Amino acid sequence: MSRRAEALLALGGIAALVFTAWAAPWLRFVLTVALAKGLAVLGILLLLRAGQVSFGHAMFLALGAYTVAFAAPAVPETLVLLPAAALLAGGAGLLIGLFVVRYRDIFFGMLNLALSMVFYSVLEKFYAVTKGTDGIRMPNLSVAGVEPGSEAQGWIMFSLALGLALLCAVGVRAYLGSPMGQALAGIKTRETRLEFLGVPARRVLLFAYVLSAMMGGIAGALIAMTSRHVTPQLAYWTSSGELIFIGILGGAGSALGPFLGAVAFELVRVYAAAAVADAWQMILGGVLLAVILFAPGGLVGILSRRRRQA
Amino acid sequence: MTAPLLSARGLRLAFGGVKAADGIDLDVMPGEFLAIIGPNGAGKTTFINMTTGYLRPQAGTIEYEGRPILGLAPRAIVRRGIGRSFQLPQLFTEHTVLENAALAIAARAGIWSPLAALLRPGYRREAMALLARFGLVGVAEARANALNEGARKLADIAMAAALEPRLLLMDEPTSGVAASEKMGVVETLVRVLREAGVTAVFVEHDMEVVARFADRVAVWSQGRIVTLGPPAAVLADPAVRREVIGIEPAHA
Repeated sequence: MSRRAEALLALGGIAALVFTAWAAPWLRFVLTVALAKGLAVLGILLLLRAGQVSFGHAMFLALGAYTVAFAAPAVPETLVLLPAAALLAGGAGLLIGLFVVRYRDIFFGMLNLALSMVFYSVLEKFYAVTKGTDGIRMPNLSVAGVEPGSEAQGWIMFSLALGLALLCAVGVRAYLGSPMGQALAGIKTRETRLEFLGVPARRVLLFAYVLSAMMGGIAGALIAMTSRHVTPQLAYWTSSGELIFIGILGGAGSALGPFLGAVAFELVRVYAAAAVADAWQMILGGVLLAVILFAPGGLVGILSRRRRQA
Repeated sequence: MTAPLLSARGLRLAFGGVKAADGIDLDVMPGEFLAIIGPNGAGKTTFINMTTGYLRPQAGTIEYEGRPILGLAPRAIVRRGIGRSFQLPQLFTEHTVLENAALAIAARAGIWSPLAALLRPGYRREAMALLARFGLVGVAEARANALNEGARKLADIAMAAALEPRLLLMDEPTSGVAASEKMGVVETLVRVLREAGVTAVFVEHDMEVVARFADRVAVWSQGRIVTLGPPAAVLADPAVRREVIGIEPAHA
């Protein structure tokens, strides 16, 4: 997609999101969660560039969410909790990354899955600390020292999610075009050559892994602050699968893909669940099947093809 | 007498019962073009793999510019100034030739810039100049997996050359290249490398190429160097002609 088309798509998307959130306030919550998930998927997209699929990335999302839940009673300040969640998730990403970037393909994916399930079990079993499957309820949070009303709080979370999504998308776009991002794509096609160019491939992948963990942490923090309730379910493997689902749905060809995918996913889910309460997963499955069969480039791929024809 | 650029002593490496290196001693002098010839399985590629850190010999030493390099990782050896190209070109297949070249330049100049574009004006200019020297400007925007073998070989070597090595090891730079292109490819190559003052070691099966471009020839056989000398003398040796080139002397 050309730079101009991407900018237009982003602007159009932002306008549509803001309008929807204003016209249908009950969707504002859905869209905020969608943007947050889009952030986590954006992180997964970095690893996809290197040909690696993490089947356990929800662990960083859950880590961000639980960081906020644990720290909120002591520091009920949004603008402190968000960076704290990002840093903690990034730190965990560095530790876990040092281990998992030594592996490729199915081993990389499965190791991430295994670690995320360990984290899930810890959250679920240590009831005394984590309240198990009951989860933790969040107190009211302040923003820059002021405690807003619930309507204002909703708008603030929506704006924060939108702003961070935009910031990260622009950052990721630049990163993927840089030597480091292009070397990431080189891991997918010719890792040996990278080494013989004097470039440590593992360190290139580790950098991307830490970035993606941080984005997962931010996503988790936003979700915790928006839903005001965190449970171990956030770290369960189905949550990780959902993120990959969104990634495929949106398409990996552009930094906008994850957000397009996430918004489509959440909207389909909400409306499908309302229409056929028992079979909404079937509708989601059908959508994914259609995307894989007819639009392997995802929603972004469909849009850029449409533009090329026009 | 000048000191050798690369000095290998007593290299030994066996894969099971196959001796890929059975006491290799070799000095590569600065500025020379050294050809390695020999039958398949003689250990020619193994020598390149040991010198570039891809394989570790079971015995022996390799010194480069007077310092030992054995045990270093490939990328550390590359950083010392030893480049290599591959028998099967190792290109980033989803990138264009220009991007491949720019990545090699970025690898030399500093890969750790996460925000500035790879194809920034400086890198783009240098990459185009590099491709121009290798006669690849016409395919700069083509994807690396869309090239013919000759262009892929040159692109592969161009990426190694972008690192500005002092010593370049080339594994069969002309294998797979159409006969009609071969001399053109080698002439381009030799001109570029001589201009840059690069010392080159290359594995080669085409004796015409060896005779025209090598300063010295080393003949490999079963993990040993059996003959070493100027091409005219080596290629005239009846034993070499029989074992390596496959020509029976007329009176035999």
